[in-house]
Amino acid sequence: MNFTVLTLAEQIILTLAALMLFTSFLLLAQTRLLTLIHIFALQGALLFATTLVIAFTYGRHHLLISAALTLGLKVFFIPIQMQKLVTRLDIKREVEVVGNPSLIMFGAAALVLFSYYAVLPIRELSMLATRNTIAVSLAIVLLGMLLIISRRKAVVQVVGFMCMENGLMFAAVAATQGMPMVVEMGVALDVLVAAILFGIFFFQIRTEFGTLDVDKLNLLKEVD
Amino acid sequence: MNALYLTLLLPLTGAVVLAFCGHKRIAGRLNLLFCIATFITSLRLAADVFFHGSILTPQNFFYVDAFNVYLVLLNSFVGMTTAIFSSPYMAHEQSIGKVKAGGMRLYHSMYQGFLFTMLLALLTNNLGILWVAVEGATLATVLLVSLYRTPKSIEAGWKYFLLCGVGIAQALFGTTLIYFAAVQIMPDNNQALMWSVLYEHASELEPTVLLLAFVFLIVGYGTKIGLVPLHNWLPDAHSEGPTPMSAILSGLLLNIALYAVVRFKMLIDPALGSNIAGHIMMAFGLLSFLVAGLLLHRQRDIKRMFSYSSIEHMGLITFAFGIGGPLATFGALLHMIVHSLTKSAIFITVGHAAQVCQTQSIDKIRGLIKTQPEIGWGLLIGTIAIAGLPPFGVFTSEFLLFSATIKSFPWLVISLLFGLSVAFAGLFRHVQPMVFGECPTGQVKVKANMWPVAVHLCIILWLGIAVPDVLAGWIDQATIMITGKGVL
Repeated sequence: MNFTVLTLAEQIILTLAALMLFTSFLLLAQTRLLTLIHIFALQGALLFATTLVIAFTYGRHHLLISAALTLGLKVFFIPIQMQKLVTRLDIKREVEVVGNPSLIMFGAAALVLFSYYAVLPIRELSMLATRNTIAVSLAIVLLGMLLIISRRKAVVQVVGFMCMENGLMFAAVAATQGMPMVVEMGVALDVLVAAILFGIFFFQIRTEFGTLDVDKLNLLKEVD
Repeated sequence: MNALYLTLLLPLTGAVVLAFCGHKRIAGRLNLLFCIATFITSLRLAADVFFHGSILTPQNFFYVDAFNVYLVLLNSFVGMTTAIFSSPYMAHEQSIGKVKAGGMRLYHSMYQGFLFTMLLALLTNNLGILWVAVEGATLATVLLVSLYRTPKSIEAGWKYFLLCGVGIAQALFGTTLIYFAAVQIMPDNNQALMWSVLYEHASELEPTVLLLAFVFLIVGYGTKIGLVPLHNWLPDAHSEGPTPMSAILSGLLLNIALYAVVRFKMLIDPALGSNIAGHIMMAFGLLSFLVAGLLLHRQRDIKRMFSYSSIEHMGLITFAFGIGGPLATFGALLHMIVHSLTKSAIFITVGHAAQVCQTQSIDKIRGLIKTQPEIGWGLLIGTIAIAGLPPFGVFTSEFLLFSATIKSFPWLVISLLFGLSVAFAGLFRHVQPMVFGECPTGQVKVKANMWPVAVHLCIILWLGIAVPDVLAGWIDQATIMITGKGVL
């Protein structure tokens, strides 16, 4: 199937999907905390744009509320709070050492391939656009997990967690044109509470351990 | 119908009220009062379902049938008995300076909030709200795990939060896939996540999408059940938080996550026309059962040890639901009740034992039966019950599960028996010296309320000797709902 066969809206959505996936790769490669948070905000903005496009093309007006929530939470509230926190804890200059950057990039590329492979057998996805959006959202979720396991700073783990949430919202919006309103509100509430709790934890960890390196959290073991 | 809304509203009101006065001295009593009221309304709800059949509210928002109502009743009952224990226990923790006033406020408010999210997860008909509620249960308890603000408890809280959050995100992806499959065949998008509607159309849903969704769902909710290898958060969270929390986390929350998986299995089986979902559950369950049994031996913390025992039992129940026949399902449903009651009784006793010896370390807890006989006996009888010895209820349900396994997968019985004896040895190896060992100096008696333990153990004994007709009929109804056939 050819890209130009698709409607304009579908082309825009696919482009946005590609950009979201690209920002996930940027997050994985970025080692400075402050820039990392800015890229995360950019990914939120792309999600917001996708939601808007779908809301207008398919006439799903309840998605506008969902778009507003994304804009408020993922583009402004969470990144700004994180930025404040990073400044307050004075870790914004800290450069994180990532295990082996090229290895992680290869792993990430493999995960994207795997996501396409996993959604391949689904018959109803013969339409190019939907198949891509589901595969891309799965890839974003998996890349978020990779970000969590490859970094030591608690702040980056939270960015990874929120990045997974972006992937999930993208799946809900792009593949199914939005979950029922009540579910979207519930999910947004959970994200908000989670963001606040993460903030509380940063301070608790910082107070007790004197650092935000999760490597230091190794007191509890499976067997003694 | 009103009973349904009250069952949800009471704990929610409790959470709000206790957020303001949770630090006062009456807070423990107030907490108990809310729990008793919730228990009464859920009794009423259970009676409604028993006499008039399933309830579906307008717009299909809540759905109550024999399967979830017995869990609602179990939840509010254990919530109530744990609240009886919690009141003096937390007062003692506050008096020795482990928790401050703000912590008590958080604790009491979130106790009710936790009960609310669990009841919402059980009663809702909307699979999206089910996810929101299960995630809400994590959020409500995560600060309680780190309530004591020790480095260990903060580490446990962080692990619990991150692992469960990441895990449960997979479940949301699975739910989205189910929704994706449903909107292809259903005109009304708002009904496409309603379990009762989906169940009617289950055979029309696209099987490849559902199978992919189920893999995500079992990984997501499985993290919450504590299935190996997704279990790492569980022993930490259960051992570092306050003991009443351990009791309801172990006794109730794990059941809720498993309930979600079984609900999804009911949707997926007719669409796939095979038991492939069941086989996935069997593999996870058996692995958890065996690994947790072995890990029991190497624990030094008494609460950690019993949380591995919880993983073991949840593994067994998951395995049984995976087998899927009427007998296995009946046994699994019964096992959910007896495990909840026994495990919460054990955690209550363990909480007192830890206060007597001022430590949770197994090596330092000795001679309980001399210092405070009721705690010693409670721990011993509770352990006998949880290890599956007759005449207690766990024996009955495990016997049913084994019979069902012999019928369908005879070779697997060997590994089940192996796991069971390993776990048995692991439990008694640690519990025997704690109860009968040489009594060290410096142990003091504490004010212990053993009534909840006695009541739980009596019910277990009763279920072990003769399951009452009402309950058996009830579980049988749920079995018919899940498998299409009953055993009675």
